[in-house]
Amino acid sequence: MRAGKQTFCYERPPRIAAHASIVGPKESKGPLAAYFDEASQDDLFGQKTWELGESEMLRRCAGRAMREGGLTQEEAQAFFSGDLNNQIIATGFAARALGLPFVGLYGACSTFVEGLVLASALISGGYLGNALCAASSHFCTAERQFRFPLEMGTQRPPSAHWTATAAGCALLRAGEGPGLYVTAGTLGRIIDYKIKDANHMGAAMAPAVQSTITAHFDDTGTTAEDFDLIATGDLGWIGRDILLELFRESGRPMPPEKLVDCGASLFYQEQDAHAGGSGCGCVASVTCGWLMKRMEQGELKRILVTGSGAMLSPTSTMQAETIPGIAYAVRLEVK
Amino acid sequence: MEVFWDFVKAFVVGGLICVIGQVLIQTTKLTNARILVLFVTAGVVLTGLGLYKPLVDFAGAGATVPLTGFGYSLAMGAIEAVNSYGILGALAGGVTRTAAGIASAVFFGLLNALIFKPRAKP
Amino acid sequence: MSESKTPQEKHYETIVNELTPNSRHLRGCVRAFWVGGLICVIGQALTMLAQTLELGELTAPMFTSCALIFLGTTLTGIGVYDRIGKYAGAGSVVPITGFANSVAAPAIEFRREGMVLGLGAKLFQIAGPVLTYGISSSIIVGVIYWAVKEWLL
Repeated sequence: MRAGKQTFCYERPPRIAAHASIVGPKESKGPLAAYFDEASQDDLFGQKTWELGESEMLRRCAGRAMREGGLTQEEAQAFFSGDLNNQIIATGFAARALGLPFVGLYGACSTFVEGLVLASALISGGYLGNALCAASSHFCTAERQFRFPLEMGTQRPPSAHWTATAAGCALLRAGEGPGLYVTAGTLGRIIDYKIKDANHMGAAMAPAVQSTITAHFDDTGTTAEDFDLIATGDLGWIGRDILLELFRESGRPMPPEKLVDCGASLFYQEQDAHAGGSGCGCVASVTCGWLMKRMEQGELKRILVTGSGAMLSPTSTMQAETIPGIAYAVRLEVK
Repeated sequence: MEVFWDFVKAFVVGGLICVIGQVLIQTTKLTNARILVLFVTAGVVLTGLGLYKPLVDFAGAGATVPLTGFGYSLAMGAIEAVNSYGILGALAGGVTRTAAGIASAVFFGLLNALIFKPRAKP
Repeated sequence: MSESKTPQEKHYETIVNELTPNSRHLRGCVRAFWVGGLICVIGQALTMLAQTLELGELTAPMFTSCALIFLGTTLTGIGVYDRIGKYAGAGSVVPITGFANSVAAPAIEFRREGMVLGLGAKLFQIAGPVLTYGISSSIIVGVIYWAVKEWLL
């Protein structure tokens, strides 16, 4: 059922039957290490290029979610996924290996949540019986595509993010019973406050996150008080502060203790990740690892997860265009 | 003793030229590539105006090792070649004088790429 | 997209600037100073070595720059130069070793895209613009020098 301007309230909410997360070496030394299902100490994941390594990580992650959810390749009905590479090649290669009906998505770092919103709608509508929602990112593939070669001696400003080497995958199924459900999803609008600095993604995305969260509250008649936690994707430490300030100025302040940022949670400050983690795999792995496990353990009952993306490319950066921001939100509830 | 002062001068002048670059990086968000282009071009222009040679005479490697020194070599090469060969020297001089540097960068860069593999950052 | 910012966007810019911490300027400059200075001292030592080897006025600087370039590319290859760069910033970018790093780094990184359009082309990713503008400006300086010499002197 459509609610308000941008939100779907799922009439037959899909259940999260299984979830999996895989991270790289640096992420496995961060504060959330214990929550991830698998940590690789090999950045290449046994492959010959970074891109194939990222693809292998995503394939393994999806395979793990299928195994844990008891889903065979014949039964699986759709694979919703994306990554940061040009033409989402890491995802395309992983989908080739998995052999599943495939929906390729690009919402930059918001891809995972975008996939959850869409897959849940299709399951709720009866078009799908199950769906895998995943996303991946890799520090080395992102760095060489968006910034400089790895061997180049460069200094990053404090506002720069560290692209997480990580993948997350959730298996959604139509069905009843106790468990974790996706009960609502909100689409985002592109918001662009004319930030041009590709080294300050938190500032480029914060207004979009505010817009989507506000839309979700308005459409569903809720406030921050109705949630145990509001998670943002990868605004980082600085972007989180900016978001809190935006909410304060809007006259609907967000309680800081309820707002958690996945990117800011992924690394210790002294791990030299500057503003925090980013990338499609950041929100995907932290949601599938940390947040969903905490919900299953009964710590959290109802949360809002937003994924935000900076829709830039190396071309648009070189042409000095401003950075359009996007954010999607899903409500997860324990029933 | 004189040798010691040569080292001190190289250290201080070379260090200060790098500090100019650092201030530019921190205040203007210029990338490495732009800094390198800027310093080479600045070296060429300053040499053309006759301002850089005195610094080279004073600081030695402190002025020739930074990329402004590469610009100095390019400009001095062009100027000296004009003296010897006329206007065509302007085309040939710069690259002639810096040929060894350019060629070694290309060749050693190629060798490194053949020997070493890219590494992830910790 | 229009360049002018609305009042709301300008206001947002001030929020962002207020909440974004600055790089630590003094610390960055001190690091750039001593590392950059040290590389120049190595250059000075190489120049003196060239003198004891009795290399000529033109070959001695060649020896120095080739040796430093060899040092820069090799440190890039073994994965040390990017760490120096992270610590020293411009202190390792501005010296000729930084130029060598900017040649070797993309060459190593893009070798997997093939020998010609990967390694061969990307080797000049940053060196290309440096040579383009360095050589072009030296030609302009040479032509102006020629014109001044012909017509004014």
